[in-house]
Amino acid sequence: MIEIKDLHKSYRMGSNSLHVLKGINFSAKAGELVAIMGSSGSGKSTLLNILGMLDGADSGEYVLDGVPIKDLTETKAAQYRNKFLGFIFQSFNLINYKSALENVALPLYYQKVGRKERQEKALNYLERVGLKEWATHLPSELSGGQKQRVAIARAMAAEPKVLLADEPTGALDSKTSYEVMDLIQKINDEGNTILVVTHEEDIAHMCKRIVHLKDGVIVEDKKVNQVRAEQYV
Amino acid sequence: MFNKDRWKEILEVLTSNVWRTVFTAFGVCWGIFILIVLLAAGKGLENGIKKDFGDIATNTMFMWTRSTTKAYEGLPKGRSFEFRTSDVQAIQDNVPNLRFISPRNQLSGFRSGGNNVVRGIRTGSYNIYGDYPEIINQDPMTVTSGRFINYNDINEKRKVAVIGRGVKSDLYEKGEEVLGTYIKVQGVNFMVIGTYKKNSNDGDGEEAQKEIFVPFTSFSQAFNRGEEVGWMAITAHDGHSISVLKEDIVNEMKKRHKVHPEDKRAIGYFDLYEQYNRVESLFGALKAVAYIVGIMVLLSGIIGVSNIMLIVVKERTKEIGIRRALGESPWSIKLQILMESIFLTIISGMAGIILGSLVIYGINSLLDSVGPVDMFLNPSVSVGVVSGALMILMISGLLAGFIPANSAIRVRPIEALRTE
Repeated sequence: MIEIKDLHKSYRMGSNSLHVLKGINFSAKAGELVAIMGSSGSGKSTLLNILGMLDGADSGEYVLDGVPIKDLTETKAAQYRNKFLGFIFQSFNLINYKSALENVALPLYYQKVGRKERQEKALNYLERVGLKEWATHLPSELSGGQKQRVAIARAMAAEPKVLLADEPTGALDSKTSYEVMDLIQKINDEGNTILVVTHEEDIAHMCKRIVHLKDGVIVEDKKVNQVRAEQYV
Repeated sequence: MFNKDRWKEILEVLTSNVWRTVFTAFGVCWGIFILIVLLAAGKGLENGIKKDFGDIATNTMFMWTRSTTKAYEGLPKGRSFEFRTSDVQAIQDNVPNLRFISPRNQLSGFRSGGNNVVRGIRTGSYNIYGDYPEIINQDPMTVTSGRFINYNDINEKRKVAVIGRGVKSDLYEKGEEVLGTYIKVQGVNFMVIGTYKKNSNDGDGEEAQKEIFVPFTSFSQAFNRGEEVGWMAITAHDGHSISVLKEDIVNEMKKRHKVHPEDKRAIGYFDLYEQYNRVESLFGALKAVAYIVGIMVLLSGIIGVSNIMLIVVKERTKEIGIRRALGESPWSIKLQILMESIFLTIISGMAGIILGSLVIYGINSLLDSVGPVDMFLNPSVSVGVVSGALMILMISGLLAGFIPANSAIRVRPIEALRTE
């Protein structure tokens, strides 16, 4: 599903150049649930941004579902993001003047799905994250966990190939964190490919594979026995 | 492009900070208001001045004789001369493209003291004109009863008269039959065959209604003018400027009356068309000034809109980042910002237009209630001007949104998302 070969990325800061990713080789098959771990500054967010086409790599190859991702125009990148990827952010990033339902429907709107169908689909996804009754509420009326669940519903609404989660539990207490992870596991059970960036060990162990990043290179890549989040909920 | 969701979003954005939107809108509203009111005021002035020209055919000149100032062909300077009836034919023959050439004679009465018209025990002093029937086309009047002078009157030298509304009210009882009665003009009886009224609004309004028209030939006979012609009213055909033709006419007269070709004072004339054109160009300039001032004021309003849109974009940087991460194309975002800008500009501009129209309406009803004011009449703006203003608004909204829209998509989504 994801194929990365010898990926390099450096940021220029004034006259200095900061080499963040120093040759990453990584691949993920469909249906995997991968945790990307690393201390801050290890390059895990940069990697996720490049995977999410929010940022471009300096060199190296990136193939997503057989499509080479290279030299994208902003318009093309937007199209690919919409078609291939779903984002889950640490700070939820819901649009605060739109209701939960409208937030979930947004990626469908960009796919030019008709209004009625959009509403139906969005409501369906809200139901799957257990927030059907909250459809008309604004994000400000939801708790942190609920917001993240709306964000997950939104990420899934466009039926992407890969879900990218950047510290999805970073702003949540552990109980809600487990609820969110439970949801992510269930989505994974249905066959969706999910990448989770985290620095929490327990969250990482709820995935099926852990990739350790350190100073811009992968130092460890191992399969783990998945801890189900259900038992903590 | 114009779907419900987009409109919903535009409204959400603009109503999220109502007062800011209102103050921004005020700038544009004020600009277009000034533009509309200035144009209307200019139009009112124009209407007022043009009304003073009345219905007179404006492609007209008036010509009369004065004394010569140069000796010529053995004749001394300071010599007086008169136009003759034969001059009319001569102009007709030698100068093409003239529509009417009306010789006129006149007895002055109005405001000049002595009463010159008597009917029974009533008297009055009026201007009496000896005229040809064509004069009604050059100095238009509405015949309210009876008829105007015709060629039978001219040929048979009938002593008939057409009197003005003012004359009628002076010399007749209210409701008294006018037609067929006689009035005595300087001792000569004329039968009244018609009455008229004129549409004129200027200071001569009263005088214009107190005139008496009699056939040119009978005037000459009754008041011993012989072949003399007091002055002429000459109108050119449409499409030919009398200002151009007058040179030929004056030269023809100089030739016939042995006036030195370079004697500029011997023949006096008044070129109504030139005056009219001067007024026209004055109003053209006035209109240009109104447009310039209005558009300048509007411009500052538009800069205000642009400013606010920049702030809005700044505030929504993160939101724009989210939307781009979710896959909204840069074009769609640009379009959104542009439409917000245009929408805001047009709505506030419409408010300005409505406000301006209300003020114009108010002034009009005020003018109606206090009666006519000198040199100001019916201020108004045409539908063309209003749609032109809307056009300007549309373009300026586009311009106002352009810079903010570009800055909205210049921020990379990743940077936008990082903004807290």
